[in-house]
Amino acid sequence: MNEDLISALKLTAMGMGAIFTVVLVIYFAVRLMLKFTGRKRQSADKAQ
Amino acid sequence: MDFLINGIILITWKQMLMWIIGGILIYLAIDRQLEPSLLLPMGFGAILVNLPLSGALDQNIQGIGQVTGIIDWLFKTGIEASEAMPLLLFIGIGAMIDFGPLLSNPRLFLFGAAAQFGIFATIIVATLLGFDLKDAASIGIIGAADGPTSILVSQVLKSQYIGPIAIAAYSYMALVPIIQPFAIKLCTTEKERRIRMKYNPESVSRLTRILFPVVVTIIAGLVAPASIALVGFLMFGNLIRECGVLKSLSETAQRDFVNLITLLLGITIAATMKAESFVTVRTILIMCLGLLAFVLDTVAGATFARFLNLFLKKKINPMVGAAGISAFPMSSRVIQRLGLEADPQNHLLMHAAGANVSGQIASVIAGGVIIGLVPGFL
Repeated sequence: MNEDLISALKLTAMGMGAIFTVVLVIYFAVRLMLKFTGRKRQSADKAQ
Repeated sequence: MDFLINGIILITWKQMLMWIIGGILIYLAIDRQLEPSLLLPMGFGAILVNLPLSGALDQNIQGIGQVTGIIDWLFKTGIEASEAMPLLLFIGIGAMIDFGPLLSNPRLFLFGAAAQFGIFATIIVATLLGFDLKDAASIGIIGAADGPTSILVSQVLKSQYIGPIAIAAYSYMALVPIIQPFAIKLCTTEKERRIRMKYNPESVSRLTRILFPVVVTIIAGLVAPASIALVGFLMFGNLIRECGVLKSLSETAQRDFVNLITLLLGITIAATMKAESFVTVRTILIMCLGLLAFVLDTVAGATFARFLNLFLKKKINPMVGAAGISAFPMSSRVIQRLGLEADPQNHLLMHAAGANVSGQIASVIAGGVIIGLVPGFL
């Protein structure tokens, strides 16, 4: 196998890993935001 | 009076071929309305830079010396020196995007990530075809289905194929309504395409909408710093939209600003469409690889949804996964249409829109990740 191909395979593994890592961190951050801002909204609804 | 025929004498067949290519791009823009704001200036620019002794390009004039041409100057200043044009375009794109459908169903983030696999699969195929890694990576990023990202990554990696890459990226984005149905039908069954999905969005507060672009910028900056220029400008545009106090700026960013930058970007890219470097077999290969990237993105997104279905009680329509490619909003509209074709009561638009904007974020992250990783392999 040529060197570029090996590099491309490594790039694929590292690249997809990095994308999923960033996206998962964003996903959990959004979940947290929704949790906190959602609660506020519910309590506001109850107050009404 | 020889000077009057100097230009005619110097015409080459490659330049004439570029006029035809320019004419085809103009035709596609006007008659077929395929990305006209970009393909029209690119087509005209292709003719402009392929006239012998074109004054639009840098010239060495006898007795005067080096004279700067406007197209070369625009390229050096707006793209080569700082990648300013593609980055500025992201402010407008960010201002156009409503992340609401994604925020109300954050699971859809995963499809954006999965559908970037086509980029990397294409990089592998490109290296098998003999492209070196930086050119292969630049070609693979066509699969980001995002013109500015393709231009920016290929420029940063100093690829010699920016022209064909830009044409492929924008042409295939315009052809998503043709490419995606083909790819989706290739990898899903009729029964899967009929899967209905209930739309129960979580409520998304204004605070979340405002915090989202800031939080994404910080996370992307910390985890994948190379992606920060791309992600940051996209999110800055979105913050202008969501803050609620810059309505006029937001509207300008979405319309006039985007139009102006796109127009300049299109004609500037023509600097890379000079006949001697453009008319090669490799250009045809790049166009084929670009198409492959779009198809593989779609297949990867749909396959990932099918994989998740193995573990889920409430099944996901695999076509929603396919919307994880970035071509926004064409892809989500295609999925809605295909959903209705399979079952007239099957409305997938909001799910697909969520996956689609997730693809927009994931594709710029992919661009940044490639910029960050590729130099380490060289």
